Amino acid sequence: MKENSCCDAGTGTCSSGIQIQPAFPKITEDEVCCGPPAGPPSSPFERPGYRICGFVDNFIELKSGRIPRVKSVLSISDLAGTVMTRIGINRNNYKVAPGLYGIGNPDPDSPVLVTANYKLSFDNVRKELKYTDAWLLVLDTRGINVWCAAGKGTFGTEEVVRSVKAAGLDTIVSHRNLILPQLGATGVSARQVKKECGFQVAWGPIRAADIEKFLNSGMKADQTMRRVTFTAMERLVLIPVEISISLKPMLWIVLVVFILSGIGPDFFSVKAAWTRSLMGVAALAGGVFAGAVLTPAFLPKIPGRAFSIKGAITGILTAAGILLWYRQDAGLLELSALLLFTMAVSSFLAMNFTGTTPFTSPTGVEKEMRRAIPVQIAAVVLAGFAWIGAGFSG
Amino acid sequence: MKDFRYLEGVTTLDLKEEKCIGCGACETVCPHGVFKMENKKAVMVDKDGCMECGACALNCPASAIQVTPGVGCAAYIIQTWVKGKEAASCGGEKAACC
Repeated sequence: MKENSCCDAGTGTCSSGIQIQPAFPKITEDEVCCGPPAGPPSSPFERPGYRICGFVDNFIELKSGRIPRVKSVLSISDLAGTVMTRIGINRNNYKVAPGLYGIGNPDPDSPVLVTANYKLSFDNVRKELKYTDAWLLVLDTRGINVWCAAGKGTFGTEEVVRSVKAAGLDTIVSHRNLILPQLGATGVSARQVKKECGFQVAWGPIRAADIEKFLNSGMKADQTMRRVTFTAMERLVLIPVEISISLKPMLWIVLVVFILSGIGPDFFSVKAAWTRSLMGVAALAGGVFAGAVLTPAFLPKIPGRAFSIKGAITGILTAAGILLWYRQDAGLLELSALLLFTMAVSSFLAMNFTGTTPFTSPTGVEKEMRRAIPVQIAAVVLAGFAWIGAGFSG
Repeated sequence: MKDFRYLEGVTTLDLKEEKCIGCGACETVCPHGVFKMENKKAVMVDKDGCMECGACALNCPASAIQVTPGVGCAAYIIQTWVKGKEAASCGGEKAACC
């Protein structure tokens, strides 16, 4: 109740000594001369050219400035944003402003948690901090998640140091500790951060869901908190993007399939192009399904260490279905072409999935690619010749 | 990771035991449990589990660990073959992935 009266008054101080100001004032009923009552006045926190984000609850007034306090519950709009970004829409621009935020009722002794300004990362962290008072230092990772940004260097030593200084963190907290997600270690040297800004980096757990447990146990991480996983659910959420990035190349391939399908004794037959390209597109779709959906979904169950092999296997299985479907409509030459094409597409897309996994090394991927790509190219070229050949003989 | 294994004998990870001062940073930051502290020295207990993320090398105060980290993204590797390392781009608005 004491907190509520602070908020209503707008000027009171609360138990932690920090002033709470609501982000938006209560709706008042101003009398007007005519028509319905005027709407509420704008929030005193709005600034020309800036809009207050929906995830901001209110503001913490400090001597050095105003720190937004963020909600620890995600809204429908946050969830919609998550879905969009997982499908691949607006994925490269899904960010929050970098800088210092607060969650709960942070004070000068509260821990400082560091994360990336990719909104999905930001949302994943704040939704796990329901019972925690902390400062949230968001780095400018250009809208990229923690681990990828760490690999690129944007979630890096320099950015940590820059952010700490820009936020004036040494005037806001009395301690000199930062808690970074473990996967940030790929880009951040804890020793170097201490040298350059005086703050000691502690490596927090890999998953945000473990942060509260980590803090409550006195900053102790058990082994599961320090190991990356790749569960079925973690693999499945990656599939929509794998498909969406294939869509544009697929359109071009469909065009090529159409042209190749029409080549025959009459130079180019639209009728042949139409009927035959349907089969080609089915093979393409089958290859995409095998490589971008089946392979990620069943990854650990598919034989073979190399992903190109796994993709070839799911490719054969899917091609078997396609061949069965078209066994009356296509000759042996065409069926062989469809098989090769499906397998090559599936193998290539599965190989591409290595970049989305947390356990493949770049050296291993390059080795795999040097072996697999020539085979994939050969398969597609052979399929192309067989397809054209069948246009003359079939 | 125990359930997920990739190619063996490919990692560029290298630990110089004589330089190790036993601080344990590598054991803490490795997301795959490649290192374990034994008798105050780091030991690679699962070298093939290494994905070359580079966290260990970056955080080793004694520079006892070397690894060539990189992007394990097939599309990027193809670009470095075709365009050369400088011209290959990873990121920007047109990038398909990151």
